[in-house]
Amino acid sequence: MQTVIDAHNISKVYNPDTIPVHAVNSVHLHLNRGEFTALVGPSGSGKTTLLNIIGGLDAPTEGQVVINGINISELKPNQLINFRLHNIGFVFQAFNLIPVLTASENVEFIMLLQKRPKAERTRRVHELLASVGLSDKLNVRPSQLSGGQQQRVAVARALASRPQFILADEPTANLDSHSAATLLDIMEKMNREEAITFLFSTHDQRVIDRARRVITLVDGRIENDSAATQIRH
Amino acid sequence: MLLKLAWRNIWRNRNRSLITMSAIASAVLLAVATVSLQQGVWEHLIKNLVSLYTGYAQVHAKGYWDEQTLENSFEIDKTVEQQVAGTPGVNAIAHRLESFALASSGDKTRGCLVVGINPAEEENLTRLSAKIQSGSMLESGQDGALVAEGLAEKLNLALGDTLVLLTQGYYGSTAAMKTPIRGLLHFGSPELNNQIAYIPIQLAQYWLDAPDRATSLVVGLEQAEDLPAVARSLKKSLPKTYEALTWKEMMPEINQHIEADSAGMYIMLGVLYMLISFGIFSTLLMMLAERQREFGMLNALGMQPWSIARVVLAETVFLTLCGSLAGLLLSYPLVWYLAENPIQLGGDMAEIYEKFGFEAIFPATVKAKIFVEQTLVVLSVGLVLAVYPVWRVLRLNAVEAMRN
Repeated sequence: MQTVIDAHNISKVYNPDTIPVHAVNSVHLHLNRGEFTALVGPSGSGKTTLLNIIGGLDAPTEGQVVINGINISELKPNQLINFRLHNIGFVFQAFNLIPVLTASENVEFIMLLQKRPKAERTRRVHELLASVGLSDKLNVRPSQLSGGQQQRVAVARALASRPQFILADEPTANLDSHSAATLLDIMEKMNREEAITFLFSTHDQRVIDRARRVITLVDGRIENDSAATQIRH
Repeated sequence: MLLKLAWRNIWRNRNRSLITMSAIASAVLLAVATVSLQQGVWEHLIKNLVSLYTGYAQVHAKGYWDEQTLENSFEIDKTVEQQVAGTPGVNAIAHRLESFALASSGDKTRGCLVVGINPAEEENLTRLSAKIQSGSMLESGQDGALVAEGLAEKLNLALGDTLVLLTQGYYGSTAAMKTPIRGLLHFGSPELNNQIAYIPIQLAQYWLDAPDRATSLVVGLEQAEDLPAVARSLKKSLPKTYEALTWKEMMPEINQHIEADSAGMYIMLGVLYMLISFGIFSTLLMMLAERQREFGMLNALGMQPWSIARVVLAETVFLTLCGSLAGLLLSYPLVWYLAENPIQLGGDMAEIYEKFGFEAIFPATVKAKIFVEQTLVVLSVGLVLAVYPVWRVLRLNAVEAMRN
């Protein structure tokens, strides 16, 4: 099995010189290609911090993150941004689409940053929006889409760069049951059919129920790492 | 796509952008109108005082301008004449023999400036005939004078009356002459209108006992902008017994007045642009504050800070460019109207201006340079103001920005 994420002995301490807060404490995390994993835990347990560190958005105080054999802790800031562009897809709780661009332009934007040819961009935009069931919303702006539809566009955008894995921070938190189920169906399908690796940070039982692996964080430490079925109530 | 993104971003808050653009447009309108009006007024004054009387430059015997006597006149030299006429940028020359004199009629006497001219040369240089209100233009070798209206009025003279002139001749003897008035002239400048009289140069040479002599060789130009080059060329090439002076050197007080007035205008424009800068800057700051999260998200997705900064920069340029273009579109018809229909003061204000030797007419000038300059100034202001948001974007921390 190909290792995609290898986070080794990750610690993150805020305010180290005054009142130190250990957001993440000596975490080891190993994710293989094709995993569909939920990172769960109470608020303040360090889920988002760990996700940010794995995504190269935040630097660990200790430890290192190796993605596909590349130690991202050693990359310079500009290299790290470029690495994110080509290797990591992000889905945020608040959708975070660019409001002045249409659905298709939002998806195309990432490929434009990657300097992909126009023909490829156009083809992939159509493919991705079709795969999330939004073929008829190509030229619609985010404000005219429902929350669920916006999050599906965000998923299409995350996939547009052909990333190694997708980090999704509370992707269903703002969605109703139907929209959340549709979104999870799409992500599960992509995971199953294209072996795309997903790592969710979530409180949402609907996500936990679908995850094949659930990692529980408490006070910045991994308390449990097992198959989802084993921790269901 | 980045430009498209920037363009659409400025319309996110349509009202705020429109208010900012309106402020910029008003500033450009005010600045263009002010500069066009000011330059127009000065051009008009220069045209009146300089083109009509002194010319853009003059060649004299060395020392004449400091001591304007017939002793400092020069003998007309064809070689020098050809050299001056052949200087690139010069389109006309005219010899003059000038002398201050007493003009008399009946029991009235006034000091005046008598200018001996070659009528054909003078017509070519200053279109003197256009100033004739009644009577006809002088002819070379003819007896007669053209007298300014104000001077004629003060002497109680009319067309066809005899003008008596008295002065000191070239050799120091008294020179007296009487000559018929062949025409009355009207000048915009009250200074000229109250003290000038023209006679043919041959008559002046005979009257002053200064055959073949002139006090000045007046130089006309194709374009006022050629003056520095023409002056340089004349100063360098003329024999050392001559001096070449520009109108700015001959009438430094007018040039200083123009410079002082320009400085005042630039201070006013500076204040205007400073006020506009606050408007643009507050818009940029609000835009920056509102979109921290979005900038963080773009950075997280893999957009380099420089690319985000370029979008912010493009937004500033679009904002200022739209405002400037609107200002230009509004200012062109206004300036054109003021050029075609100059502001004309009347009553006491006009009298005050005339006392200082200015015609109370305020025409605007329509020059592409003024429009382009003001647009570039506003664009530069926008670009300078964009430095701060760009700097903030370049120091962006994606996680902190998204947390905001």
